[in-house]
Formats: sequence, structure tokens, C-alpha cells
Amino acid sequence: MGDTIKFMLNDQMRAVSGLSPTTTILQYLRLQERLTGTKEGCAEGDCGACTVIIGELENGKMEYEAINACIVFLPTLDGRRLITVENLGMNAVQKAMVECHGSQCGFCTPGFVMSLTACMHNHGNANDENIQDAISGNLCRCTGYRPILDAARRANTEKERYLKTDVATLEGLRRETMFSYEHAGQKFFSPRTVEELADVTAQYPDATLLGGGTDVGLWVTKKHRTLETVIYTGNVAALREIKQTDAGLEIGGAVSYAHAFESLAAYDPSMGVLLRRFASVQIRNLGTVGGNIANGSPIGDGPPPLIALGAKLVLRSKSCTRQLPLEDFFIAYGKQACEKGGFVEKIIIPPKAKNVLFKVYKISKRFDQDISAVCAAFAIELDDDKVASARIAFGGMAGTPKRAAHTEKALTGKPWNEETVRNVMSALENDYQPMTDMRATAGYRMQVAQNLLIRCFIETTQPETETGVYGYGS
Amino acid sequence: MSITAKKSMGSPLPHDSAEMHVSGGATYTDDIREPAGCLQAYILQSPHAHAKIKKIDVSGCCIAGVHAVVTAKDIPGENEVAPVPIYPGDPLFAKDEVMFAGQSVLAVAADTIEIARTAAHKAVVEYEVLPAILDVQTAVKEKSFVGDPYVMRIGDAAAGIEKSAHVLEGAFDIGGQEHFYLEGQVALVTPLENGEMHCYSSTQHPTEVQHLIAKVLGLADHAVTVDMRRMGGGFGGKESQASLFACAAALLARKTGRPVKLRVDRDDDMIMTGKRHDLHCTYKVGFDDNGLIGGIEMTHMVNCGYSADLSNAVADRAMFHADNAYFLGNAKVTSYRCKTNKVSNTAFRGFGGPQGLLLIEYIVDEIARKLGKDPLDVRKANLYDPKGKLGKRCITHYHMTVEDSITHELFAQLEKSGDYAKRVQEVRNFNARSKILKKGIAFTPVKFGISFTLTMLNQAGALVHVYKDGSVQVNHGGTEMGQGLHTKVCQIVADTFGIPLDLVKITATSTGKVPNTSATAASSGADMNGKAAQAAALIIKGRLEKFDAGRNLPWKELVMAAYGERISLSSTGFYKTPKIDWDRPAAKGRPFYYFAYGAAIAEVIIDTLTGESNILRADILHDVGRSINPAVDIGQIEGGFVQGAGWLTSEELWWDDKGVIKTHAPSTYKIPTGRDIPKDFRVALYDGINQEDTIYNSKAVGEPPLMLATAAFLALKDAALSVNPNGHLDAPATPERILKAVTG
Repeated sequence: MGDTIKFMLNDQMRAVSGLSPTTTILQYLRLQERLTGTKEGCAEGDCGACTVIIGELENGKMEYEAINACIVFLPTLDGRRLITVENLGMNAVQKAMVECHGSQCGFCTPGFVMSLTACMHNHGNANDENIQDAISGNLCRCTGYRPILDAARRANTEKERYLKTDVATLEGLRRETMFSYEHAGQKFFSPRTVEELADVTAQYPDATLLGGGTDVGLWVTKKHRTLETVIYTGNVAALREIKQTDAGLEIGGAVSYAHAFESLAAYDPSMGVLLRRFASVQIRNLGTVGGNIANGSPIGDGPPPLIALGAKLVLRSKSCTRQLPLEDFFIAYGKQACEKGGFVEKIIIPPKAKNVLFKVYKISKRFDQDISAVCAAFAIELDDDKVASARIAFGGMAGTPKRAAHTEKALTGKPWNEETVRNVMSALENDYQPMTDMRATAGYRMQVAQNLLIRCFIETTQPETETGVYGYGS
Repeated sequence: MSITAKKSMGSPLPHDSAEMHVSGGATYTDDIREPAGCLQAYILQSPHAHAKIKKIDVSGCCIAGVHAVVTAKDIPGENEVAPVPIYPGDPLFAKDEVMFAGQSVLAVAADTIEIARTAAHKAVVEYEVLPAILDVQTAVKEKSFVGDPYVMRIGDAAAGIEKSAHVLEGAFDIGGQEHFYLEGQVALVTPLENGEMHCYSSTQHPTEVQHLIAKVLGLADHAVTVDMRRMGGGFGGKESQASLFACAAALLARKTGRPVKLRVDRDDDMIMTGKRHDLHCTYKVGFDDNGLIGGIEMTHMVNCGYSADLSNAVADRAMFHADNAYFLGNAKVTSYRCKTNKVSNTAFRGFGGPQGLLLIEYIVDEIARKLGKDPLDVRKANLYDPKGKLGKRCITHYHMTVEDSITHELFAQLEKSGDYAKRVQEVRNFNARSKILKKGIAFTPVKFGISFTLTMLNQAGALVHVYKDGSVQVNHGGTEMGQGLHTKVCQIVADTFGIPLDLVKITATSTGKVPNTSATAASSGADMNGKAAQAAALIIKGRLEKFDAGRNLPWKELVMAAYGERISLSSTGFYKTPKIDWDRPAAKGRPFYYFAYGAAIAEVIIDTLTGESNILRADILHDVGRSINPAVDIGQIEGGFVQGAGWLTSEELWWDDKGVIKTHAPSTYKIPTGRDIPKDFRVALYDGINQEDTIYNSKAVGEPPLMLATAAFLALKDAALSVNPNGHLDAPATPERILKAVTG
């Protein structure tokens, strides 16, 4: 083993070795290439100052996505094209940023330029919502954003082909079998097939599985951990598929939230709203639906709605493949039902019955790119006006994403009316003993959890009543 | 000489670095190519809020790649990086005692940052944990202060309250704020010959960094040069806070004889550096049926953290703004500068002013609610007399005459352009019909005093060179942190000479070019450095005009001819702010040259089930005098408003019960994003000039607009109290606090 990492840096080829496989793209750019236009603002994918664009071949076409260079490991670039601010020349976004006074201190500016360039490239005619989404992961402390938004609108009127496609070069970099890279004892594997993945995870059962790196990246940049062996799932074609089958919507374990967005939003509009708030575009381009489950976080926003919808998890290892209800995966804080060497092959969301009311809510201090204080998902099955069954799941209320068993039971068989809802609210106190931390107090979490049940009731029964402040009036 | 260039003053020119910003070419301190052999440094922090250091054993730090470990005992000069010499107590490294969780204990220089970090954590530091003071009430009770309590008074507050028809008493908490400059603290120090040091530092105060490096190393100031081209944001957070990092790097450079870079990552930066002061306030106010204040007592308990830093001046400024735009008559403002076992709080845009201003606006709002009046009517009743019509209501509680109040005019214009009365009714109508969502609206003024309140600091220098080809290089004591200072100073110099703007270049601020500068702070940058640069340019221009003797030579010809005749083409310039005179012991005088004014209307919506909120619309009318650069000024106003709105809504600092901060990264500390700004954002400049003789009759703009966001906070209070009139809302108005105000 021990190949070099081959990719395109802007318009040039690179074959890189001699660096730790957990070197981030940002470190590589700033320290090795001395391309310092890409900035470090936080090293955790939350400020966007390090935004770069990654180009990838999908079915013979180039796809470009903005990502956070600060948390992505260099070997994941293998076979891809990395575009930095230095490569843009002076495109319409940059010109508009100057003309509209979109920079003050200028430190966040390259990141905004990259996010907006990707947005303009990907949306022929970006609307305000696309623009707001595109910069939801870019923080500016100086301008108050208005001139940046104006610049984006101005650039949007320019008909410009932003990013070149270089299919042939990337075709030449394509690998048919697993890519292996090693430096100073640290190993990195990027299998291409599920079988290769199963083999290599069996061979290295203690390895770190890397999806998008939006969590694992921080183990390195924030916790300063040394990862001995990393197995990257992002090139396993079969894990990147989304399929509609008789079993329901099947989402491969390595599908990014950006790629799953459309299918999930189509599944239920409430999911679309959640996913917009779920994370920035950069993070959604990286983070995977599977990883958001597999890391076992009690505050991931994926599991509550998926649990409420009765999603199943398909876990795979070299020796077996098994299916379990998603809620059974979460055993306790930091403990999941996944054996060593196992991985999430796919998530299956069964079709939603017509008589099921579904709502999911996220509560946080900020609309964009914030971690939930509480995430609530309600799937209420009605039989006429009675609750036939209820699946309710919360994040942020316990050590794991967890169903509200007492509340579900208290609702079942009762008429779906305000009296029922007000009566069963207190059952949530039997389901959860939330904690106090920097995001919210225990008292607020419980109060808001109860109020969200009311909101669910109002939104499913009183269309004339306005709820929700975000996007109000637009 | 022949003046042909188009005047640039008053034009909305882009930032002088805008094209470099957007192309990634603008160089920040961390982007400078390190000299060969440069080492990376890491600082080990105290894990305890308060503890005795029993032993430091650094023997374990000696791993491959480490070049030096330094503690307090390795400092050749003084172990002191406090910005104000009369208030010492900021050691570079804790010696016997740590005073907050995050305090620097030792530093390591190594080949890479990873090695330095790993090595530092191999040091064994034994602590004996001591009781910690974590809140201001305890500090006041235990008389734990970083400076003496201070009082400003006028008239007889108690008697005024006593005589009033109505009396209100209450308490109000105001949260702190993290600067969150996008570029973190960083310094790169290179040792030169004979023990001299060159330092690149991301600082608003190069002179102070120079002085403190010299102090720590036992050098004269002339042996240290500090160079600063641009910061990736400052907001006050790099006024005094940059020094510790520069001094630690300098000490390691001295010890190793090699260049040393010290760049802290975001978490370390947020843990180790001071923030906006949080306050606990109490008040008692008496007023008549119209809401006219008859007497008022306000107490600020200011959380200064473990040391004085700039806190006494910050706390003073909070007191100076306890009146905002209102004549208080009989007033007593008491301030306690509380010493707690938290990070030492520091300068932050507004420098205490926003907190002082927020309290009086909160009180006026409470008065209006008590009387069932529109708060705008109560505000109008209490304003200072307008400019040109001074009567009895023009003396502040620090005995300065307010001569330039334009609040009446701002109110009248904004009331009309913002359609205030109609929108108040619409908000009430909406709330009557909307079950879950409620709206709120508020209209607040800003009056902000311009000048450093320490009179000595109100001086500035500049250095202008005209080269033989007619190009001009300008240096001045101010630093560029994004505020457009260099752009404005270029405009000033170009117009003074009557030459095109592209002939004028500003280079890095350097202690070697302009000495003894004040911090770029207190919104003073353009006022002071603009005047100093103009003075330098006028001296050269005077020589050139004399030489030209009416020949009207074109600029480039004139310059070359003057050089040929051995005319000096270089000059310094100097400026000191006139008229100011502040007697702090007596708490009387004129601390400010003038006031900058503004007013804002904010309309918000809240969700009464969750406490979530959104700013729907903001209308702003702000006074920048005659604008040197309207684009730069509007940028400051919009950016200031949004930063202020963040302070008062989503930005919440949170410490655990051991005094350890848990909001130390953007994942846990939430500044506004693009979607948080008012959906409908209307900003206009007030059409008027500064009556004082400032540069171009403009007014300072850096800090005042932040306080326009008071309107957003009081609009949220208005929305919450529309449901629960007895609700109480402290700042910041997080969803949790709003829900508490709604439900009691």
C-alpha cells in the first residue's frame, strides 16, 4: 500500500504524499501550497472562512460543491478537483462584492465568494432563498450581511459560466479499486464497493469510519486526537444511492444530506424545513445521513424524525447484514448497537400512510447552522378523529434520541383535540429528564417540548392559525 | 499648484483593500510568510477559576521538536501586560495563583503547533483549588473590586424621586458579548541584532504592544518595532488583548533566538480573551403622569473579571451613557467594578456605553408601560433641549452641557419615514387576532459621546511622504480593522493635495513611523488620524505652494521641480482634540468633544410557544455629520446594528458552576447570520454637519450604531409583554428568556 493522493488543485495536477492522512485541506493549502486566501476562522466548520469548492465526477458530469476545508481530510480529495479563491480571477461575484461594499475587514470574504460562486454555478437563476442558504454557513462580523446579499443578487443577474469542467482529467484520476494511503503509520483507505468496505473494516475493526467528516474532522482539529486508521465511505458507490422501493425510501449510508435533501423534502415538507435549518450548505454537502446516526449523538437532528417515521437501519459487516428499528440502535449515551467492523449500509424509511400527521421541529438560539436545544418529531396516526397510534421522538431531551413512550401511550385511543393534547403534555415529564447546558435549561427544554406538541396539534388542525416566526412574511 | 483631481471626499468609494479581499490577496498576520526557522508557540491554560499554584514541573515538556518552555520565572523584565499602568494585575504568566479558568501558565515553542501543544500538556502543574467569586452580587458583598466604586450625580436624586407622583424600582441583567473577530489573536516576532525585536501583531494598539514587549523583555521602547497592516476584525477585542500573545511570542523568541509565531485557535482565543462586560443593574425612578423623570438612581454592578484591564474606563463610559438622550435632572449613578474569577473583560465597540444606554432605555420603557403610554411619547418628554434652543434641560449628570442634540429632529424625520404611528396600530391589531405569534415595535434614540474619556489619549500623529514621481505614502497612528479608516484617510490626503486617489497609498501602521499612538478605539480613528494626516499634508502643500509661487505647475512636475530645488517632501502631522476637559475626581467637566446621534425603529415577531423571534423590519436614521464616505459609514451603521442585535438576542455566554466557559466556538456561541438581519432594512444618513471643527465636519461612526439595536431588544420586550404585561425580559433575549417573559 502507500499510493499518492492524486487530485487537481485549481488547474494543476497534484500527487501528494509525506503528509498525515488527517491533514486537513485547509492546513495543506495554507502550509504546503502557501495559498493563504483560504482562512481559518474556527476549525470546526461553523464560520465558513475556509470555504473551498470541490469538483467531482458524477455520471460523467462535473458536480461542484462548497465545503469547509478546515475539517476535511486531504486524502478524500483523491480523484477530485479543489478550487480555491485564488483561481477565480475576478468573477461576477467578486466584482459585485467590491461594487456593493461587501467586504470590510475582508477575512470572511474569500469564504463568502466561494459559497456564492458555487451557488451561482449550481443555480442558473438563484432566488433569495438559494442565496440565504448558500451563505448560511458563512459568518461575517462586520457588514451586517446586507451588502453581501445585494452583491449576490447583483452577481445573479450576470450570465456567467463560473467553473470550468475538466471531465477528461478527472476521468484519468478515477480508481476502480480501493485507494490506500499511509504516512508514518497512519493509514487511510477509500474502498469503492461495499464488499471492499466490508473486507477492510473486518481487517481493521478499530478503524475510524469517515463519512463527511463533519464530526470526525473535529476529533482531530478540536480534540487533537491521532487517528491510526481511517476508512472513508465517500467513494463506495453503492452507499451513495437513493432508491424508492416497495420497502420505502432507501438512503445509502454515505449519502450526504445535500443529496438526500430533495427526496426527504419530497417525502414530507416538514422534513425539508428541518433540513434547511439542519446545517449550512457546506456541512450538508459533507455530512451524511448515515454518519449523523452512526455517531450516536443525542443532539443530531436526523434521528428524531426518522425514528418517528419508523425508519429501519440496515447494518452490515463482513459476517452479516441485519436490520433493526432505528430507535433500537441508540442504547445509551455513547453506546450504539453496532458491532466492531460494522457500518450503516442504508436507512429505509417506510412509506407514510395517508392518515398519518407528521411534523418535525427544531429549536435553537439561531435559525441557521445551530445545534438543537430540542428537536421534536411527531407522527400521529388518526382513525377518524381518534389517535390510532403515535410515534414521537425527541433529540436533546435525553442521552440518546428517544421515543416518548408514556406520551405515545397517553395519546393512543384518545380524540385528537386540544383537551387531549393539554392533558397528555405532562406525560413528557415521565419520558424525559433533560439536562441544563449552554443551549438551554432543563426547564426550558421540557416546557418547549410540551409546547411543540401543542404546535403540532394546531398546525394539523387549524390551518388558519399562524405559527413559526422564521421566514414570516416572506 | 494646479488642482485638477475630482474631490473624493463625500464619495461612496470602495474599501481600499476591497479587490484584495475578494481575491484572497489581502495579507493578514497569519498569511505572512514566516522567516526560516520560525517556531510555533502554544500557551498552557489554567483549568481552575481560582487556585494556588503549588508546583510547576516542565521536565516532561522536553520532547522531540521542542525548543523552549517559559514560565513566569523566565521573564527578564516585568511579568505584567496590563494596558493601564496604574491598574496592574495582568501577568503574562500566572506565578503563584491562577485567577480564572483559561489564564496563561506557561508557553512552549516547537517546530510545529502540534508538538508545542502536546509538549505543553506534558507539564505537571499542581494546584490547590480556592473558592471562586463567579457573580457580581457576591463580589459587591465581599467588596471584591478592581477599582474604587464611583458615583456621578447631579441635583438630588432621592428628593426628586420622593417628590414624584410615580415610583418604579427594579433590576435588569445585561449579558456580555464575545467579539468574534473572524481572525483570531496572532503575533509573529523576529529577534533582530542586539536583542531588538520586530513584531507583526494583529492589534488595534501597536504602541501598547511595543511598550509591553519592551517591558516584559526589559528593553527600551526604541528596541521594539510593531507592524500592523490589517486585522480581520477587532471591535475592541484587539485593543489590550493582543499584548499577551505578542509578549509570549517575544519572550520565546528571546529565549530561542528564533522567530516565533503564536496564533491561538478559536477555542483558546474565546477562553483566554476578555469580552464585553456583563452587568447587573438596579434602579429607582420617580416620574410624573407624563412620564417626565423627576429623579433617578441607577446602580451598575460591572463584571470586570479577574483584573482591571480597561474596566475602570469601560465602567465610566457605562455611567456617561446612563442618560442616553434624556435630561435626568436629579440623578445619581453608582458603579461597582466587580472583581470576579472570570476572564478579564475588556473594550468592545461602545466600551460600556451600550450597557449604560440599554438600562435607561429599559427604564423609560417601564415608565411608559406603567403609565399605559406609548414609549415614544415618554421618550420625547425627557429629551435634552435641542441644539440652538438650549434651556434648562441641557446639563448631564456629569455636568457637561449638551449643545448639539438633534434627537428631536431625528425623531420627527424617522417617525414619518418609518410610519411609526400606523405601524404601532398594525402591531396591536395583529396581536389581537394572532393566537400564537405576536409582534412588537420600539423606537429608540442613541446619543454617544465622542472622545477618549482619558484626555491624554486624544492625540494622533501622521507621516506623509511625497515621492519624486508624485506618488504619496501615508502613515498614521490608526489601524485598519475593516472600518474603512485607511480609505477615509486616503481621501483626506488626496483632497488636501488635490490629486487623484490612486496616487495615495497607506502602508502598514508601524511604531517606527508614527510613535506614541493611541489605540484605534473610541470611534476616534478617522477624527484624529484624519486630522493628523491632513496636518502633515498641509505642511507639505504649504511648501509646494510657496515654491510654485502662482505658476500653477501640474502636480508631478511641481513635485519633481521642488525636489530639484531641495524642498522637503515629507512631514509629520499632529492633532489633539480641542475643548475637552474632564475632572474625574470631581466627576465634572466636558469629557466629550461632541455627541453622535441616531434613532431606530424595530419591528419583531415572536413565537409564544417557543420564544423564537425574528426581526421583521428596522428603520434607521443616523448622524455621521458630513459623511467622508457614505458607503463606509452605512457599512458601519448596518454592521453595528446587526452586531448589537446579536448581543441582545442570540449571543449568550455561558459558564458552568466551576467558572469554566462552555461557549467558546461558533458551534456554541451564535452570532447573527445573513438570515437574522431585518427582512426589511432601511438605513439613511441624517443630513447635517458636525457643528464642531472635525475633519470635513464629519462625525465618528464606529461605535454609536451598535446601540441602535436597543430598539430590537425593546421590541421583543413589547411583543412578550403584549401577552404577559408583568413579564420581565433580561438581555440577551434568547428564545428561553422570551418564553420566560411570555409565561411568567
